[in-house]
Amino acid sequence: MTTFTELLSYEDALASFDPVMGLEVHVELGTRTKMFCGCSTELGAEPNSQTCPVCLGLPGALPVVNEIGIESAIKIGLALNCEIAEWCRFARKNYFYPDMPKNFQTSQYDEPIAFNGFLDVQLEDGEIFRVEIERAHMEEDTGKSLHVGGATGRIHGASHSLLDYNRAGIPLIEIVTKPIEGAGERAPEVAKAYVAELREVIKALGVSEARMDKGQMRCDVNLSLRPTPESEFGTRSETKNVNSLRSVERAARFEIQRHAAVLSSGGSIVQETRHFHEEDGSTTAGRIKDNAEDYRYFPEPDLVPVAPARTWVEELRAGLPEMPRVRRNRLREEWGVSEHDMQSILNAGAVDSIVATIEAGADSAAARKWWMGELARNANEQGVVVDELPITPAQVARVAALVADGSLNDKLARQVIEGVLAGEGTPDEVVDKRGLKVVSDEGALGAAVDEAIAGNAAIADKIRGGKVAAVGALVGAVMKTTRGQADAARVKELILERLGVTEG
Amino acid sequence: MPGITREEVVHLARLARLELASDELDHFAGQLDDIIGAVARVSEVADQDVPPTSHPLPLTNVMRADEVRPSLTPEQALSGAPAQEQQRFKVPQILGED
Amino acid sequence: MTTENILSIIKLTAAETAAKIASGELTAVEVTEAHLARIEATDEKVHAFLHVDREGALAQARAVDAKREAGEELGPLAGVPLALKDIFTTIGVPTTVGSKILEGWIPPYDATLTRKLKEADVVILGKTNMDEFAMGSSTENSAYGPTGNPWDLTRIPGGSGGGSAAALAAFQAPLAIGTDTGGSIRQPAAVTGTVGVKPTYGGVSRYGMVAFSSSLDQGGPCARTVLDAALLHEVIAGHDPLDSTSIDAPVPPVVEAARNGSVAGMRVGVVKQFSGEGYQAGVVQRFNESVALLKELGAEIVELDCPSFDLAMAAYYLIAPSECSSNLARFDAMRYGLRVGDDGTKSAEDVTALTREAGFGDEVKRRIILGTYALSSGYYDAYYGSAQKVRTLITKDFEKSFEQVDVIVSPTTPTTAFPIGERTDDPLAMYLADLCTIPTNLAGNSAMSLPCGLAPEDGLPVGLQIIAPAMKDDRLYKVGAAVEAAFIERWGHPLLEEAPSL
Ligand SMILES: [Mg+2]
Ligand SMILES: [Zn+2]
Repeated sequence: MTTFTELLSYEDALASFDPVMGLEVHVELGTRTKMFCGCSTELGAEPNSQTCPVCLGLPGALPVVNEIGIESAIKIGLALNCEIAEWCRFARKNYFYPDMPKNFQTSQYDEPIAFNGFLDVQLEDGEIFRVEIERAHMEEDTGKSLHVGGATGRIHGASHSLLDYNRAGIPLIEIVTKPIEGAGERAPEVAKAYVAELREVIKALGVSEARMDKGQMRCDVNLSLRPTPESEFGTRSETKNVNSLRSVERAARFEIQRHAAVLSSGGSIVQETRHFHEEDGSTTAGRIKDNAEDYRYFPEPDLVPVAPARTWVEELRAGLPEMPRVRRNRLREEWGVSEHDMQSILNAGAVDSIVATIEAGADSAAARKWWMGELARNANEQGVVVDELPITPAQVARVAALVADGSLNDKLARQVIEGVLAGEGTPDEVVDKRGLKVVSDEGALGAAVDEAIAGNAAIADKIRGGKVAAVGALVGAVMKTTRGQADAARVKELILERLGVTEG
Repeated sequence: MPGITREEVVHLARLARLELASDELDHFAGQLDDIIGAVARVSEVADQDVPPTSHPLPLTNVMRADEVRPSLTPEQALSGAPAQEQQRFKVPQILGED
Repeated sequence: MTTENILSIIKLTAAETAAKIASGELTAVEVTEAHLARIEATDEKVHAFLHVDREGALAQARAVDAKREAGEELGPLAGVPLALKDIFTTIGVPTTVGSKILEGWIPPYDATLTRKLKEADVVILGKTNMDEFAMGSSTENSAYGPTGNPWDLTRIPGGSGGGSAAALAAFQAPLAIGTDTGGSIRQPAAVTGTVGVKPTYGGVSRYGMVAFSSSLDQGGPCARTVLDAALLHEVIAGHDPLDSTSIDAPVPPVVEAARNGSVAGMRVGVVKQFSGEGYQAGVVQRFNESVALLKELGAEIVELDCPSFDLAMAAYYLIAPSECSSNLARFDAMRYGLRVGDDGTKSAEDVTALTREAGFGDEVKRRIILGTYALSSGYYDAYYGSAQKVRTLITKDFEKSFEQVDVIVSPTTPTTAFPIGERTDDPLAMYLADLCTIPTNLAGNSAMSLPCGLAPEDGLPVGLQIIAPAMKDDRLYKVGAAVEAAFIERWGHPLLEEAPSL
């Protein structure tokens, strides 16, 4: 959708206004069953095959809380440095929508399970920005609608809709920041870095895969502008369901420019929900609700209060994994890489793969080299994340070991990896099948060297005359006759030895 | 505070998705006004310092293990559907958000 | 089967029926057929049933007989027919909750209570009439027409469980199930001369019981005798992992208590607030006689003051509508039930509003609007919030009382059965029927109603309410059994024998 929207340039916007953001992130937990019933949460099932009286909202059905849902919420709260409620309740959020079977969402209102926390996020230049967390609370997802009869499946203009409630009732944790102030021009970057870091935390906790592309993590961006950091908050817009890290940044940026244009032309911002459009990075207004929403929250009478024992909370705290930022700093130091390189590794999603490869015996330089080189390139081409490639860290470690002991050179190693990715088997099987082995037989190698010198007498003379750099051409010739299966360094040594030249 | 106007009833009926006829509105507005007049007495205790009771029994922490239980079959799930298509509940057009 | 045979079977108590089936004197099929015949002969007048499941009942009866023939041990109520309030889901059998919005809905699942009845080999005859969504005190709010009181068919059988109570009083079934949110088991029991028990909240699973007001609703047993009620109580009660508010503790020993009725040495409370204006003279008279009887039987009578009870009605008519406004939101024409106005041009929102308008009756609409109001921002604290504080105060008044007494007694309802149509357009007058029953729902404890005579002025039954603390349901039966035995001795027969024969 492209609707012409007046924008102010980003620089001008920031010159006149101070942005304040609020980020609401919904994370779908990776529990086996739904939040309030025993239906499976497995993806890809046929429509309405994972529903029961509870998640269909049939008359008479009652919810029972999933213990792992609560545990995950507490873990997330602890990881975000929150206080964990001694006692809290679920509440009903009442509003009608066909994708919500009971026409109320079982959520939490004024008594969230976790509150008052923070998450430190690292910006590109290494600066740490502290994002304060207002709360993390438990709720449930809605069903999925398919809009029929309109243009390209859009709700607008559809003649009717088809509902699948497999997703209805899947546990969600909603994490809400306090107003993020003081980010200034870096607000969009902070938004992206926060969501990225939160995603890392969620993954490290093992409570969700947090795949934004699969809707397991979704972000609403609230944004307002004010004339100066001392002024009161302006009116905010809420851009819903922004579903990639890049989009979070773009949505914030767009809204800053749009608000600025409206405000500097003397207009005022309408408090409304907006929709983000991936195609051009714009946002457009949602349907204006004729009545202000009145959710009529009240304590859910069908569920009893949750009062997590302190012993349980402390047990969970003790079991928390190392937090991603701490871990990254430790790894960066252990690996001896720059902040910038570490950022690239992070962006490639390769941290865990590299760690696992090192654990499987590779040295850190080799592990980084393969994951950030050949494999990153490959993943890029296929549009996947490196850890989704059909090769295991153990296999990469094996390739590195074969290189280290001289059985393979880099070129051959790349062919081995190519074979593994193509499904030809383990690295050793690919070596066997493709006959990839460095020619280390000195006799055979010596003959090839002699042949190359004889066939390129002019070059050989140049080398004898001191132009050592020309040796590359002879090495190339040897590699060609050995079909690449020679150790290039050893070939060079042999050539120089035969020609009686020592390297300067 | 007691007292409810016809306009308020219109608003509440909208929130509650009830398409009340005009004469019904008048009728209800009068009755609701009487009822609210009678129940508004509870606000006598509004500033008393007593905790509200949302649940009659003091139970806490009732949870279930994260174990899959059999779902209904899609046929059972859809058995009461006023309309269905492609194994999904067929519903009238949903007013667009975009 | 001759009329005489039928009569000899249907007049039996549940306990007697079960014993005869167990001994082989009667088969479950004979018993079931006798009751089906009685229903056929009388229900045109009474209209206690919304649906009679003849085939299902006979199949269940045959299964009981087969079990007996195979020498399997039978449960204490095996083969005994029961009338199930149409608020519990039943696989394959329509469940309407007395509402047009669920007309013809066939649930794909059984309520826990339904499952327990089946597992106990109780024969479910069918589903009984009720005020729509259990909202009412007369069964006149049923979308399917009112039920008559077997004592006088022009009068109400109470509500919301009027169908269940009338089925008992009309000898269509010796057992029935009711649900009690503000008195819907006890008040119908009172006006039909039968026994009804609201167990402690959480004592009987609510899973599969269509919700009206979640924090108040409680299913319970209805019968013609205290012992029968206890036997049924034991079958349907107990912890259910599918209901988070279900109590995870052993069921109080209700049957044992019913078999050992006694009030000797007990302290019985009489609450000041359950008297005064609005109480019919004959009701007051029979109640006072009951108190005198208790004293004769060895109980000590203690006067109690529960000032917060004066606010109970107001709190109830905020809490129940609030919860119902949310519970009934699911009836939106999308997934099940009625759908109106879907002509291909209307939006889902419009179809929902048109369907709810057409599918809900006046009382349901009134309560939905009232509840929507009480929960809306700006009113919540004054109304819903205050009502919940009243709830705390009522619970405290009960706690204080139960420090002084073992049980409390009161009239169940201020008047005898009123004529059908008398209060239909006066909601506030209708609400008065639950004056004495509501405090127990708000506090979550247990209570029973049993007959204590006929009001001299109209010859209609009067109910005595016994109230016990939470999880002390057995006290109801201990006291109830003693009172019942003493009254039968005094009258020379059970009260229901004085009812017209239909
Ligand atoms: Mg939410
Ligand atoms: Zn489910």
